[in-house]
Amino acid sequence: MITATHPVETKKNYLNAEEGLKSWLLTSDHKRIAILYLISVTFFFALGGMYAALIRLELATPAGDLVESNVYNKFFTMHGVIMVFFFLIPSIPAVLGNFFLPMMIGAKDLAFPKINLLSWYIYMVGGVFTLYVLLSGGVDTGWTFYTPFSTSYSNGYVIAAGLGIFINGFSAILTGLNFIVTVHRMRAPGMTWFRMPLFVWAHYATSMIQILGTPVIAVTLFLLVLERGLHIGFFDPAYGGDPVLYQHLFWFYSHPAVYIMILPSMGVVTEIITTFCSKKPFGYTFIAFSSVAIAVFGFLVWGHHLFVSSQSIYAGLVFSVLSYIVAIPSAIKVFNWTATMYKGSVRLETPMLYAIGFIGLFTVGGLTGLFLASLGMNVHLTDTYFVIAHFHYVMVGGAIMGFMGGIHYWWPKMFGRMYSQVWSKVAAIIIFTGFNLTFFPQFILGYMGMPRRYHAYPAEWQVLNVLSSAGASILGLGYLIAIIYLLYSLKFGAIAPPNPWGATTLEWMTDSPPIAENFEVTPVITQEVYTYSAEEVLHVV
Amino acid sequence: MSALKESSHDQTTEGHAAHHGPSKGVYYAVFATLIVLTWVTSWIATVDLGPFNIYVALSIAVFKATMVLFFFMHVKYGTRLTKMIIMSGIYWLILLLFIVMMDFWTRNWMGVPGR
Repeated sequence: MITATHPVETKKNYLNAEEGLKSWLLTSDHKRIAILYLISVTFFFALGGMYAALIRLELATPAGDLVESNVYNKFFTMHGVIMVFFFLIPSIPAVLGNFFLPMMIGAKDLAFPKINLLSWYIYMVGGVFTLYVLLSGGVDTGWTFYTPFSTSYSNGYVIAAGLGIFINGFSAILTGLNFIVTVHRMRAPGMTWFRMPLFVWAHYATSMIQILGTPVIAVTLFLLVLERGLHIGFFDPAYGGDPVLYQHLFWFYSHPAVYIMILPSMGVVTEIITTFCSKKPFGYTFIAFSSVAIAVFGFLVWGHHLFVSSQSIYAGLVFSVLSYIVAIPSAIKVFNWTATMYKGSVRLETPMLYAIGFIGLFTVGGLTGLFLASLGMNVHLTDTYFVIAHFHYVMVGGAIMGFMGGIHYWWPKMFGRMYSQVWSKVAAIIIFTGFNLTFFPQFILGYMGMPRRYHAYPAEWQVLNVLSSAGASILGLGYLIAIIYLLYSLKFGAIAPPNPWGATTLEWMTDSPPIAENFEVTPVITQEVYTYSAEEVLHVV
Repeated sequence: MSALKESSHDQTTEGHAAHHGPSKGVYYAVFATLIVLTWVTSWIATVDLGPFNIYVALSIAVFKATMVLFFFMHVKYGTRLTKMIIMSGIYWLILLLFIVMMDFWTRNWMGVPGR
């Protein structure tokens, strides 16, 4: 269905409206800032991926023969810190949310364009701190920075890493603030709350978590820095503190942070599925409110990370039950997506492949989360590769599949060029295969008792580890192919029409790539957002 | 749905009210209060109130933070939406503290073998 028949347009768009590096570094256009974020998060993704490759290389053999254990500690710490704080959390909101949230509600920009640019600079300053840590010798605490190891015993650059994440947190807070105010104040005439695309609802819920949760991790890491630097007692029993208090504060943010990663991805998947099934999403209201429910309940389950600490068994029981409850809104979404596909005109274009992949992988990730929410089972599985596999199914299988799907879905709109349909489908299948080969064996390894964060293991686990390392190579190849054909398309891709997929949301009603002001005239919305009929979806005045 | 639409409309009308901040006199009065309370915090730290040390210090700190929030950050003159956002933040803080304390309060209910 993709055509290249449109002539090359000489019309000004956001990419060529202004020229020169300065015009990019001082831009307040949400679309350009999204591109700045896209370049930045891709850099950090590659960096975090490099550490993942080193980890899998070390684990290809049972002996710890590539690096010493303390260096390995730094590998997995840097991998976690970079991937979680500098890729997964900002990826979809800061790139796709920044670009498309204003367009989807018919706005010309976010509510605070300069604050939007500021959030990118803050993100970069946080990133520079992390690069400093990396170049200076790294940090070895794990991305969780558990005390008292991080405050009293680690000889890594804990303070610099903590400050980097602390600074980066403000970027997420400002982005969340910008999204919430934009949704409240900048909707086009006729864009009622229940006419908003579900991608916007997902980002609204994500922004709530960012605003309410991120200050807690910032303060927690600041307390950690104070304890390590000035020996003020908060967490170390030697100073009168409580190490479990650190875990409470850390996970109060870091568990909802999983939903910061996954909710936007769910929003992307909803858009893709409805478009490629040419069908209204089944249960719009349920999907919208399940996003909010996930945001709210996601805040009440953090204690399941503390089941094997000295946390009270009674608190553990409550957290266990609440953790089961949070599965309900997630399940609502999965059922609604599949119900949308049922009897829809399913088109297996590349974004749809990622969306379907997301549903399968996220379901596995979510269901194995229930194993870990179970008090007894958790004791057996804590700190094993089962946990690693579980959260990678959610974070990589969920969040990154959503990110990849979203990039492929909106790439024609962002850059006005189509990418190779053949290579993109090949890459999607390679990524799906590589991902499963990497992480499924880790479920078995974890169940057999292989602990995480060790650079050596008994020889009988080698076959599964080699499978996992081979899968990581395939996964990396898939990402590499995707980067190559996407970059290639920027210059040689066919010119994209305004609405190549036949979608109904507002961003597709303007040029590809959009003009700097998004719309030539302010759109007036007169119908529901997902109206797949011959009737006009919106009336532009 | 309509309620949400109305609240959006309300924000627009209330937005004008949000521009009215405190007068200079109020600013100076709040500033003076904060300075005095800082001195009180410092002085009270030299007085041994036993178990009440922490409660007194925290009470003064919370009062000072409230003054900053209300006057310097204009929440007292803000829209209902602003107040709602502030309240949700406070609610979340209470949630955090309460659930963490739930752990601490019940930690020793079940005896530890051998102890």
